Amino acid sequence: MFQTVLLSLTEGFGKTLEIFVLTLLGAVPLGLLIAFGSMSRFRILGWPVKLVIWIVRGTPLMLQLLIIYYGPGLILGNNWWGSGASGRFTAAIIAFIFNYACYFSEIYRGGIEGVPRGQREAGQVLGMTNTQIFFRVTLLQVVKRIIPPMGNEVITLVKDTSLARVISVYEIIWNGQAFIKSQGLIWPLFFTGLFYLLFSGALTLLLGWVEKKLDYFKV
Amino acid sequence: MALLQVQELRKSFDGLQVLKGVSFEMNQGETVSIIGPSGGGKTTLLRCLNFLEIPSGGRIAVGGETLFDAENRRGLTEKEIRQNRLHFGLVFQSFNLFPQYTALGNVSLAPRLRAKERPDYKARHKELGEEIEARSVDLLKRVGLGDKLNYYPHQLSGGQQQRVAIARALALTPDVLFFDEPTSALDPELTGEVLNVIRQLAAAKMTMVVVTHEMSFAAAVSDKVLFIDGGVIAEEGPPEQVLRNPLEERTRQFLRGYEK
Repeated sequence: MFQTVLLSLTEGFGKTLEIFVLTLLGAVPLGLLIAFGSMSRFRILGWPVKLVIWIVRGTPLMLQLLIIYYGPGLILGNNWWGSGASGRFTAAIIAFIFNYACYFSEIYRGGIEGVPRGQREAGQVLGMTNTQIFFRVTLLQVVKRIIPPMGNEVITLVKDTSLARVISVYEIIWNGQAFIKSQGLIWPLFFTGLFYLLFSGALTLLLGWVEKKLDYFKV
Repeated sequence: MALLQVQELRKSFDGLQVLKGVSFEMNQGETVSIIGPSGGGKTTLLRCLNFLEIPSGGRIAVGGETLFDAENRRGLTEKEIRQNRLHFGLVFQSFNLFPQYTALGNVSLAPRLRAKERPDYKARHKELGEEIEARSVDLLKRVGLGDKLNYYPHQLSGGQQQRVAIARALALTPDVLFFDEPTSALDPELTGEVLNVIRQLAAAKMTMVVVTHEMSFAAAVSDKVLFIDGGVIAEEGPPEQVLRNPLEERTRQFLRGYEK
């Protein structure tokens, strides 16, 4: 029995990891775009972006998952996502990326605006171009500033992946819960917690290591 | 001919006139001090001359070459602004060193980036890099920090940081070096080491403009003193006149604040 459970949970955790990795790959760059949008001097761009951030951060991710998955089919009469597990998975990834990109964008914005104006001006009077200033002066200071809040979000994402079960993505909780119905077993569900703990523990160590690597300077 | 010519320089922010027509000239090798009350336009003048602000009116010329003329409606391109800035260096009140680079890295960063624009960079990049490194080390030695090359800014005192900032500004061999209250952010016991470096530069005939509240320093080091108040030069002349026997009542009033 233990082996059956372990196999099923490992398989579910594979899905959890997929959601986690794909969300980060999409949300890290998309968040930067949204951050630039929300900081834009052009209000016609800045305001709509801020409105979207407000809606995404102001409503539950679970609701967003449901709307993104069922919305196209029920409102537009056309289910973009296709049927079956792969369609549900795609919809879940899109929802996760969009949600996390909005959170990341606010962290980026804080990090970018937190770099003192004097840093930019020092680069300017030294004849550096805007691109040189961004990559040689600002960027690393932003990275250093945002590592702790980004770490928080990333750890939250590990656990948020479980929300995907609401549209029947077979991640680890789904698989663990299945044993209640089929075998009347509760311990597999507790066992899933161990997976989360080990994974978030590993991430905490990794983030601590990155923070230490950037400890050689102060901002 | 004067090295730096500033004519009728004006600057407004949202309708508030901060500079109301400032004109002065200075020759190669001169040191000019600028004194005056806060909010009088001293910092704005320096920021305009370094193109951190674009003036609303007037003309700026260096060595006879016009860098900015408000009459020229075309305006300046990014590239021209960047070229213009290379004539000048600016040392900030708050140092603004780049925290992720060592003292040496701070001094050599901009020259390294400049070198990349040279047509012969590809062929000679190693040699050029070594030249820049050697020159940067020399500059740091000149400001008394030969033993702190690999220190990061947070490991240095305020006075040491400001001296790195001076070396950094000198690294691009500006025609004129500007100082915006270089010792105002420093503890009193650290101002001396920064002022000494500026004195040495003055003795070596570096062309400099120093905004300062250190009146005895201004008296000792300047060829000319400008008193700026209300967006105009209220009085200018040799330090003996402006600082010891000012002609204008407004200058006398301002200096009285420093007598106590």
